[in-house]
Amino acid sequence: MSTTMTLAQTQQELIDEFAMFSDWQDRYEHLIELGKDLPLIAPEHRTDDNLVRGCQSRVWLFAEPKSGHVQFTADSDAMITKGIVALLVRVYNDRTPQEIREASTDFIDRIGLREHLSPNRANGLSAMIDQMKRYALAFSANGDRS
Amino acid sequence: MKTKDAPVTKAYDVERIRAQFPILRELVHGKPLVYFDNAATSQKPRRVIKTESAYYATINANVHRGVHTLSTRATEAQEAAREIVRRHINAQHAHEVIFTSGTTASINLAATSLGQLLLRKGDEVVISGMEHHSNIVPWQLACERYGAKLKVIPITDSGEWETGPQGRKDAKGSTEQFFNERTRILAISHVSNTLGTINPVKKLIAQAKKQGIITVVDGAQAIAHLDVDVQDLDCDLYAFSGHKAYAPTGTGVLYGREELLERMPPWQGGGEMIETVTLEKSTWAKLPFKFEAGTPHIAGIIGLGEALRWMEDYDFAFAKDSAEQGKSAFAAHEHMLLERATKELLTIDGLRIIGTAKEKVGVISFVIEDVHHYDIGTLLDQQGIAVRTGHHCTQPLMDRFGVSGTTRASFACFNTCAEVDALVAGVKKTLKMLR
Repeated sequence: MSTTMTLAQTQQELIDEFAMFSDWQDRYEHLIELGKDLPLIAPEHRTDDNLVRGCQSRVWLFAEPKSGHVQFTADSDAMITKGIVALLVRVYNDRTPQEIREASTDFIDRIGLREHLSPNRANGLSAMIDQMKRYALAFSANGDRS
Repeated sequence: MKTKDAPVTKAYDVERIRAQFPILRELVHGKPLVYFDNAATSQKPRRVIKTESAYYATINANVHRGVHTLSTRATEAQEAAREIVRRHINAQHAHEVIFTSGTTASINLAATSLGQLLLRKGDEVVISGMEHHSNIVPWQLACERYGAKLKVIPITDSGEWETGPQGRKDAKGSTEQFFNERTRILAISHVSNTLGTINPVKKLIAQAKKQGIITVVDGAQAIAHLDVDVQDLDCDLYAFSGHKAYAPTGTGVLYGREELLERMPPWQGGGEMIETVTLEKSTWAKLPFKFEAGTPHIAGIIGLGEALRWMEDYDFAFAKDSAEQGKSAFAAHEHMLLERATKELLTIDGLRIIGTAKEKVGVISFVIEDVHHYDIGTLLDQQGIAVRTGHHCTQPLMDRFGVSGTTRASFACFNTCAEVDALVAGVKKTLKMLR
């Protein structure tokens, strides 16, 4: 369903989804639920090379190009982190490298998860976004060459 | 005899203590703050905050340089703080107290200077497996520089030094196997920041001394909880931070025995630490200034003096009542919180406490089967409860216990039983969400 939506529409969908919850507990429970739908990284890619640096929990993120779009898979050993990476994957998955590179990250703030964006070393949300954008950049560079 | 301010009740009046910490009125995510991250940094009583701000409002000037009145006031206030520190840790001389920016700076000073003075190729430095990175890395750097070797006292399952042969503590708790004729320095923590273990430093120092080994104690986690007496410990150097003992951040102390400090070369060069400077060669100022290059954190240092006085006023004022427990009032209160937290947390399915030594300060580190500490910390924060999660800058210790990190609650004089109960309820609520 989400594949037919634009990136911005998916972001809005998430904002609306989270707006339904008035208290932190429901919001976090929903985030944890989202983590269960995350397209899991294949065991052979669950390696130290694919660890996102800057997270207190471990996050593995892998991407491959498929007919001009980027496909992400990921995993984490912490449930909240897994929810966060799932949220990002839902937004950025199956997009063109250009869409990913140009996407704004304001929606995180509007979902009420702003604290995960702080420069605190313990959490790695910005590191995850950086990593996704780096993948996009690498694939667009490759695309230009071919 | 009793002044109006002096506590008169026999029971520990925690509300009276709490009233002095403005930050405890803060709300976090709309809930009253429960601050259990005191091992990272303690909160500050109003007296300390006022002292620091009054410095800028009425005294501010550079120390030891100006002939003008403010400079004299600043110098006197800073040197008065040095005398308070001296008295608090029972050093023989005030000039044995060197002000630094914190324990990390103190140990770096010690390792750099002692390294230059003592370490030659093939020499050995002994640390323990429960050290904070701040008491590992500076020694690794020094060892690397002089071709010396770092030896590590292993840690038992309960989180204590393994000081006997063949992985068991012998009857005498002998540690001599770690010391040999090449051992030059012993650098150990008084209290473990991750486990809370109070280490038998005095005994180990005595053994080291017999062999002429220089002893350095990392007292970062001890200063706010134990009665630190450097002459009784008989250590050569003792490092601690102000900010873990109710004082401003950016303050620390390196105590050193006079005779050793005289022999140690300076660490940083600059203003204040010299006697004469020509372009060819400089000579060093007297102790403690030889080790205090540059303008110090004057406001913070004065705040540190006030924090120690504040502790003495409250801690020792209550002390007589709890003397039968052999602890200061703060320590007895924190121990009570520790016992309550330990008992209640252990009722939680799958919870394991890391660090079960008999002698502990109010630090409780735990892991829960199949649950990540990051999730616990994040969800506790949503409930207004501040704990520390992660490896606590003790990665080798995490490896020793086979965990990637723990959740740590660390108590201070102002914490309450109700807060401990909130933590336990908070963990249970968190688990309900995660499981």
